[in-house]
Amino acid sequence: MFGFEPTEEQKLLVEAVRRYAENDLRAAAHEADESGELPPDLIEKGWELGVLQASVPEAYGGFGERSAVTGALAAEELAWGDLSGALAVMAPGAYALSVLLTGSEDQKSELIPPVIEADWKPYVAAFVEPEYDFHAGEMRTTAVASNGDYLITGRKARVPFGDSAEALLTFASLDGRIEAFAVPTDAEGVQVGEREQLLGIQALPTFPVTFDKVRVPASARLEGMDASQVLASFNVAAGALAIGLSRAAYEYALDYAKEREAFGAPIAQKQAIAFMLAEMATEIDGARLMVWEAAWEIDQGKEAFKSAYLALSNAAETVMMVTDRGVQILGGHGYIREHPVERWMRNARGLSTFAGMAMV
Amino acid sequence: MISFEIPETIEKTVTMIEAVATEMMRPQARYYDEHEHEIPWEYINFMHEALQSADGGVSMAPEGPKDEDEPMLGKPSIGYQGLAHYVEMLSWGDAGLYLCTPRGGLGAAAVSAAGTPEQKAKFLKRFNGDKAVFSAMAITEPHAGSDTAAIKTTAVQDGDEWVLNGEKIFVTGGHKSLVDTPGFVIVWATIDPDAGRKGIRSFVVEAGTPGCTVTKLEKKLGIRCSDTATIVMQDCRVPFENMLGTVEQKKTSEGYKGVLRTFEVTRPLVGASALGIARAALEFLVEKLAEGGFEIRYGLPRNRMTNLEAEVIDLEAMLRSAWLLTLRAVWMVDNKVPINAEASMSKIKAGDAVVKITQKAIELLGPMGYSREHLLEKWFRDAKINDLYEGTGQINRLIVARRILGYSRHELS
Ligand SMILES: Cc1cc2nc3c(=O)[nH]c(=O)nc-3n(C[C@H](O)[C@H](O)[C@H](O)COP(=O)(O)OP(=O)(O)OC[C@H]3O[C@@H](n4cnc5c(N)ncnc54)[C@H](O)[C@@H]3O)c2cc1C
Repeated sequence: MFGFEPTEEQKLLVEAVRRYAENDLRAAAHEADESGELPPDLIEKGWELGVLQASVPEAYGGFGERSAVTGALAAEELAWGDLSGALAVMAPGAYALSVLLTGSEDQKSELIPPVIEADWKPYVAAFVEPEYDFHAGEMRTTAVASNGDYLITGRKARVPFGDSAEALLTFASLDGRIEAFAVPTDAEGVQVGEREQLLGIQALPTFPVTFDKVRVPASARLEGMDASQVLASFNVAAGALAIGLSRAAYEYALDYAKEREAFGAPIAQKQAIAFMLAEMATEIDGARLMVWEAAWEIDQGKEAFKSAYLALSNAAETVMMVTDRGVQILGGHGYIREHPVERWMRNARGLSTFAGMAMV
Repeated sequence: MISFEIPETIEKTVTMIEAVATEMMRPQARYYDEHEHEIPWEYINFMHEALQSADGGVSMAPEGPKDEDEPMLGKPSIGYQGLAHYVEMLSWGDAGLYLCTPRGGLGAAAVSAAGTPEQKAKFLKRFNGDKAVFSAMAITEPHAGSDTAAIKTTAVQDGDEWVLNGEKIFVTGGHKSLVDTPGFVIVWATIDPDAGRKGIRSFVVEAGTPGCTVTKLEKKLGIRCSDTATIVMQDCRVPFENMLGTVEQKKTSEGYKGVLRTFEVTRPLVGASALGIARAALEFLVEKLAEGGFEIRYGLPRNRMTNLEAEVIDLEAMLRSAWLLTLRAVWMVDNKVPINAEASMSKIKAGDAVVKITQKAIELLGPMGYSREHLLEKWFRDAKINDLYEGTGQINRLIVARRILGYSRHELS
């Protein structure tokens, strides 16, 4: 059977996340962007919603089953509130869920509980690389076998909370395959650089990290890497975030267009504005359905690599279009930082490269 | 629950239809494109029998959203979800031939959506007979297309009859419904020209009704196999009970709203038809590229793709997005979730997608794509109608805009 409605349980979760997104994330977003800081309480409060904890089975310290669909629903709401805040709350998920998906029994029992059993702590993934043509399938960061250990060498970028991270789940190419290694931040050869200065997500502290022949034991490598599934889950997460951000800009522009008058009537009564809004609504819905479909395929254990890739590709296109129009509909006022639309437009541009920072 | 699992019954039927599309429709598509106004009886009769013997499982005009008093047998209906799949597959075969599929059509859809139980019983029965029968919907007039409220055809009550006068153009299947088979046309007319849209009602005009004549068949860019007729009514008399809807509705503007509701069902189905053509074109493109040794690599960032890969990937995403919007709209109809803007959204996206995909496919296949040796150029011509009928792209944008903004037609026109 086809179905387009979340379950009651999912609706309750979405409702809780939405309240947090509205009352906490959204309320703090402007100040956080200007100051470049996310209040720790804000992140902790989002963490206590328990979205990640509910995705991890009891055996590893959680209280549920992973569902990419549920994760996508929650991610959309978080990003509707604020993308920086969403990425902060979700950062440990990129670590823990990667382990859940591809770790051995021992690795799961050892690596996941510390992440999820207590307060939010920066266990994060180091996935993205700084080069313009970064491609997950051909990472420049490499791992080579050396006396029963691995030596990791390369440069990573966009590592959230890199300076304070407890551990880095570092993705690297091993003989041309993608592999992930749990690397302690204090391992020799790991060097965290200066905080990155970015176009958007300015409230989220991200760092470049270099690995210079960092030696990790063989047991640090997640044993059952299924790159296709991991990439699909990263892409779905980024896609869901793009939908939430799109919806924020669309709703804001719609409300504004009904209020703002020009030539004696609300600008929304002009087709040039109204048709833009109609297209924004249509594209957002279509893009969301693609994200849901890919997430559903992941949950069904189907091969979701292609559909997740197309979903993010389409969602990233949509979020740029929608946020740009968000600014356009506000006119010159949209360009002023008192309104959130310019921030959303800046945040939007990053989503085509944010896969790897969050997972569902 | 959020699920993209295709029900088994639908999947099985789609497989059957795919065989028809491949073995009968594709081979005949070119012939009927080149012999405009010839009637594809072989396809029509085959489909009539096939649908007839499908154990009631396949109808091209399922019951409208069921009334509360009709038992649902505990199961939600999947009728329109099935139909969207079948229409998509038939249009993948050939959109022109698909439009010649008997047992229903737009007229039957209108009766299903807006008719009383008696009217449904009376007018829909004929589709289950031995011979193929057609129905059509006549709204458009020479001076009134998008502005449906501006129609001038009149209906005047005379005793227990209505007397219709006016001219309808662009009636899909008009000739098949009135001349070639004992079908009917749903005619929109006003019972009070001063009342604007409030005066508009729809009437069943059956084949053979005196005073109703088909005066012209259009020659078109595409879907040439489908007849597009002009119908003139001169003192054409129909029984009083041929006005669709209940007596109460007949007295109020509910009548007009009832007929508009038909569009909530038909628009996603037009979307499905559009997307069948779109899929055909995209598959052809990818297949020809593969023959030339070109493989699309998924998963690359855009700066590592060739332009061709980027173009194909965008078209694929567009098609998928449009299809899911279509599926959602018919799912809502089946599950009686009130449609707000979703039907028009699916139509906007499907119309855009099919036009873009067919146009791009020809561009990307260069001189070969432009050749009449392949059906692609025909699909390009067939595609465009989907951005025009059942509400142009602009009109559907207008509808979505009004719904999301909460505007009346006075506030946004
Ligand atoms: C092959 C074919 C089959 C058809 N089948 C049927 C059928 O079975 N039954 C039937 O009743 N009709 C049918 N039609 C008619 C079709 O629905 C109309 O052609 C369509 O609704 C547009 O009307 P029009 O051609 O009068 O264009 P117009 O209404 O004159 O529109 C011209 C242009 O103006 C735009 N426009 C109009 N109003 C607005 C507005 N308010 N805001 C912005 N833009 C606007 C339109 O989008 C369009 O681009 C068919 C047409 C064709 C070509």
